[in-house]
Amino acid sequence: MSTPSRKNIRANTLWAAGNTVVILLAVVPVLWIASLSFKDPSTITDGSFFPRKWTLDNYRGIFATSLFTRALVNSIGIAVIATVLAVLVASMAAYAIARLRFPGKGVLVGVTLLIAMFPAISLVSPLFNLWRQVGLFDTWPGLIIPYLTFSLPLAIYTLSAFFREIPQDLEKAARVDGATPFQAFTRVIAPLAAPGMVTTAILVFIFCWNDFLLAISLTSTNASRTAPAAIAFFSGASQFETPVGSIAAAGLVITIPIIIFVFVFQRRIVAGLTSGAVKG
Amino acid sequence: MTSQPGHAAVLDAPAVARPRRRNPPAKPALSEGTRAERRLGWLLCSTAVVVMLAVTAYPIGYAVYLSLQRYDLRFASQQRFVGLANYATVLTDGLWWTALGITLFITVLSVAVELALGMGLALIMRWALVGRGAVRTAILIPYGIVTVVAAYSWQYAWTPNTGYLAGLLPSGSAPLTQQWPAILLIILAEVWKTTPFVALLLLAGLSLVPDELLRAATVDGASRWQRFTQIMLPLMKPAILVALLFRTLDAFRIFDNIFILTTGANNTRSVSVLGYDNLFTALNLGVGSAISVLIFIVVAIIAFLFIRGFGAAAPGQEVSSR
Repeated sequence: MSTPSRKNIRANTLWAAGNTVVILLAVVPVLWIASLSFKDPSTITDGSFFPRKWTLDNYRGIFATSLFTRALVNSIGIAVIATVLAVLVASMAAYAIARLRFPGKGVLVGVTLLIAMFPAISLVSPLFNLWRQVGLFDTWPGLIIPYLTFSLPLAIYTLSAFFREIPQDLEKAARVDGATPFQAFTRVIAPLAAPGMVTTAILVFIFCWNDFLLAISLTSTNASRTAPAAIAFFSGASQFETPVGSIAAAGLVITIPIIIFVFVFQRRIVAGLTSGAVKG
Repeated sequence: MTSQPGHAAVLDAPAVARPRRRNPPAKPALSEGTRAERRLGWLLCSTAVVVMLAVTAYPIGYAVYLSLQRYDLRFASQQRFVGLANYATVLTDGLWWTALGITLFITVLSVAVELALGMGLALIMRWALVGRGAVRTAILIPYGIVTVVAAYSWQYAWTPNTGYLAGLLPSGSAPLTQQWPAILLIILAEVWKTTPFVALLLLAGLSLVPDELLRAATVDGASRWQRFTQIMLPLMKPAILVALLFRTLDAFRIFDNIFILTTGANNTRSVSVLGYDNLFTALNLGVGSAISVLIFIVVAIIAFLFIRGFGAAAPGQEVSSR
């Protein structure tokens, strides 16, 4: 390793070149959105990849009215509440699946799998009607409830994988010392499972943040419309004009925090995403 | 259940599949403890079960009911039972079959491409001499980005005059306004967004392939291709099947990319977009619900075929055996 041969240098160069291509492919669409968001409206149709005339007007524009800021608040509030609830509910179920013996567990796991495959569009028409009848249409809970449902399978899988990695002896020791199963869970397991819960929370948050179909179907106003839905409803100065700059700016605003988030927690995210895949 | 001698758990229902070996927790009074454990198990799962079923089973039942009604939101007072008329409307209409065909085409092509590219990326992330970490970090960008935002990025890239990619095409071409070019660009957007997920799953599978085994095979004269097909692929099978199952069902539900890229114009609708349009553009709750139910049935058939075909690799069984 200390004296790289000519062959190694060539191999390294090839790898570096190949990897640069991969990285560029991953980054370019984001750079493009960023570039559009900084382009002066007069240059938006110049087809240039980089802005020729820079401006911050697009950002000033989207933050000037409540259309986008309110949607941002909705997005954050709805995603955070759904995430907290999902992690709480899923932790209990995942612990039971990972550790306890009870009849019906197989059925539960099967149901969870079915929900993971459930097509959201099949829920849109019945929920649209139900929510209007019970007053949940265009409210935060109206979105939080289906988000919770659809994120539970992901959360249960990820968490039960983490629970299984905690040595069983710890609980046994707690139980021998007189702890009830519930105490064993809250005092011994839950603190050790905290990293798993953080990972799960990140995955669920990204899921809720990303949702579009339910967000445009079950909301109708600023009261609960989330950012991706609001962006799709941005309108230009005239009906023939698409507000490219505003959409790009708003898109970048809701993308950057997630990308930073994903970079900071990358190890956890990778571990969480793959926990279900290989331990069969 | 017979594998636990000494704890002849009389109360234990034998029907529960529990392939995992493990000792029951130590407890002072056996049957009392077992009963407490079962109670706790049910208690802990009850919230999740209620939430999952209340928001899926009940609405899908309600969708079946709605699909049997004539229910136009513009004439809500004329709602009445019409039997299977809505299904007849949908199934005799070319739009449903076109949308189904397009959805299946998008699903098959994008999943195939994602598996191939994902495998390549997984190999890079495992063995690249330079830049492994950078690749691992970079591919999280497509994973993390909001699908709608990525779709806008692609849409503007292909829009004549505006886009950097449109400029590469012969002048006058607007690929997003023609059926097949648009479908291919939809697939491209889908592949870009979800290949990282596939790659990470495959990388996890690849990490189960021991280096010594590959070295031994090299010594025995196995070519690169033989090492790949005869050692890596068999060992990665569970990871590949999980990626295949989840991505297939996910791709079949495609909505966001199409809605932004073409809004379903020029016959680029997927079944999900068709369902949405019937509900929110045509305002026909009866027909929209019939489409919802049909999509549910198709997804159930796909899932059933997968689990039938690859039984042992079904994620559900993994959870109980992990």
